[in-house]
Amino acid sequence: MTRTETARTDTAGTHTARTDTARPTRPIDDVHPGPSRRTRWIIVGILGLLFLVPIAAMVEFTLRKGLGGGYDVSRWIAVFTGGLSAAENKPIFTGLGNSLLLAVVTVVVMLVLLVPTMVLVRIRFPQLQRVLEFVCLLPITIPAIVLVVGLAPVYSVVARMFGSGVWTLAFAYGVIVLPYAYRSIQTNLVAVDVVTLSEAARSLGAGWLTILFRVVVPNIRRGLLAASFISVAVVLGEYTIAALLNRVNLQTALVVVSKADPFIAIIFALLALVFAFVLLIAIGRIGGAPRTSKPSRKKATA
Amino acid sequence: MTLSITRDPEAPAEARQPGSRVELRSIVKEFAGGIRGLDGIDLVIEPGEFVALLGPSGCGKTTALRVLAGLEGATSGTVLIDDKDVSGLPARRRDIGMVFQSYSLFPHMTVLANVEFGLRMRKVAGDERRLRAGDALEMVGLGGFGGRYAHELSGGQQQRVALARALVTEPRVLLLDEPLSALDARVRVQLRDEIRRIQQDFGITTLFVTHDQEEALAVADRVAVMRAGNIEQIGSPEELYSRAKTPFVAEFVGLSNRLRAVASSGSAELCGVRLPLIDPATPDGDVIVFVRPEDIRFAAQGVPVEVVSTSFLGSYRRTAVALDDGTVISVQHPAGFVPTPDERLHIEFDPAPVTAKGWES
Repeated sequence: MTRTETARTDTAGTHTARTDTARPTRPIDDVHPGPSRRTRWIIVGILGLLFLVPIAAMVEFTLRKGLGGGYDVSRWIAVFTGGLSAAENKPIFTGLGNSLLLAVVTVVVMLVLLVPTMVLVRIRFPQLQRVLEFVCLLPITIPAIVLVVGLAPVYSVVARMFGSGVWTLAFAYGVIVLPYAYRSIQTNLVAVDVVTLSEAARSLGAGWLTILFRVVVPNIRRGLLAASFISVAVVLGEYTIAALLNRVNLQTALVVVSKADPFIAIIFALLALVFAFVLLIAIGRIGGAPRTSKPSRKKATA
Repeated sequence: MTLSITRDPEAPAEARQPGSRVELRSIVKEFAGGIRGLDGIDLVIEPGEFVALLGPSGCGKTTALRVLAGLEGATSGTVLIDDKDVSGLPARRRDIGMVFQSYSLFPHMTVLANVEFGLRMRKVAGDERRLRAGDALEMVGLGGFGGRYAHELSGGQQQRVALARALVTEPRVLLLDEPLSALDARVRVQLRDEIRRIQQDFGITTLFVTHDQEEALAVADRVAVMRAGNIEQIGSPEELYSRAKTPFVAEFVGLSNRLRAVASSGSAELCGVRLPLIDPATPDGDVIVFVRPEDIRFAAQGVPVEVVSTSFLGSYRRTAVALDDGTVISVQHPAGFVPTPDERLHIEFDPAPVTAKGWES
């Protein structure tokens, strides 16, 4: 027999018969909807090069001895052994300390304001979903320089209320991290179906705070971690707002130091990049795998 | 089966009595845009009764259940449990257990922690909590699964855990929102029977929402058929099937043939045969009657028909035949008789009462 008859149901649900010549069919598992493995590697390779070449150039730059040629690691050693001059040391570590403080406060501001809002909108006021999304994504469409123009008068009020401490920048940073944090949390909220979970918890006697902290938050921990880490990365890389509002953070400090010693500034820029990479890898690792138990020998009936 | 779930000695006496009386009184639910999900429904569920809300998608059955659970507020009307108005109570204070279609187990908790959750909310002490949760899991046949997580269980197992979680607090009412819809056919039947057994053991008042008529007829003491936010008919499964009051119920519950007839004096004449009408007040004139396939049989004499097709359905066979005017109807008969397409045969109608509707309705 050289021909086989196959019957299939088309998308409209009608039953049609089709005659095909007999030939080995590809198993379903072999059918890839996307590009081939080779194509994917080529794409990854090109993107990797685009990404790695500037970083490699930065590393090469920090290893140069000077105009005479040759390479050494003396500047890296100086950074890690405290061999920097006071003029280099002070601004960088002040800026680093400020940025870390800002990162922590920004994450707290973001989590405290955004998470309950998003959960409430998702569960209780779904009709506000689009408004919330629009508001949260708005900062990404406004250039930082424009934001600063708007923020400057606001910060004169903030300074009167909270003083002019560098941590107050976290209010502005809380706004600029909104788009990234919103997306991370929203993806997780949709995937977990918190609406049904919260209804189940309510029917079991849980109040809203219990639902938030014991049902919703544990199930969106991956989204919260991603939002937090991305917020940290954004804060560590932020320059415009800090510079225009006359605050010192890591990026403004690096600019100051680069005028005196560009090599050291590049080393710290590389270290900040490494820190951001570590955070991104952590997003993928922490909270990713579902919890599992030890297998039980007992079998169920269904 | 002996149920070993211990009752909460601290609970008020009324809360410890299973089988509460539930009443929905003139419940109206309007959604945004003025869409009426529920159009003033009235429903009484007696203590320990198992009532199924049956209807097509969008008929309001889940809305009714959610209003009873307190997950949705009614636009107007009253929800009474044991004759007390609970309309203003939030869901967490209604003492109602609920099982959802999508399992809804907390993914970050073990099976045991899931079952313990309701007890934890009621501040039951740790030892007693674990004991009662363990007993509830034993009750649903998952005694050794307390340490597992939801994603390590099959759909049927997850729904059993959800059932244990809903029952462990010994709620006054159990609500089941299409709990079997996501399961495969075999597990569905198995779990359906198990739900009924547990419900009878507990004597808990239960409201079961489903769009599957077989499920509803198989487990419920009474079935309420819903359509467009109203209850069309409520009655025992037998009553609904054999004495459908409206054409919608006749068509929705079981299979019915639609045949043209002439109504007069409480009966309908079709193909020269007179059949009694379920509603004797049906106005005289042209009507459509609904006749069950099992109320028609092949005979040596009677209405001539031509066989169109026949289907083997296990213990019986259903054959489509065409009347002389071209109307195709189904006849249910023993599987041993196998008609062939185009064969000329005769049929007879059993004198069972039939539902009718006017031409224009």
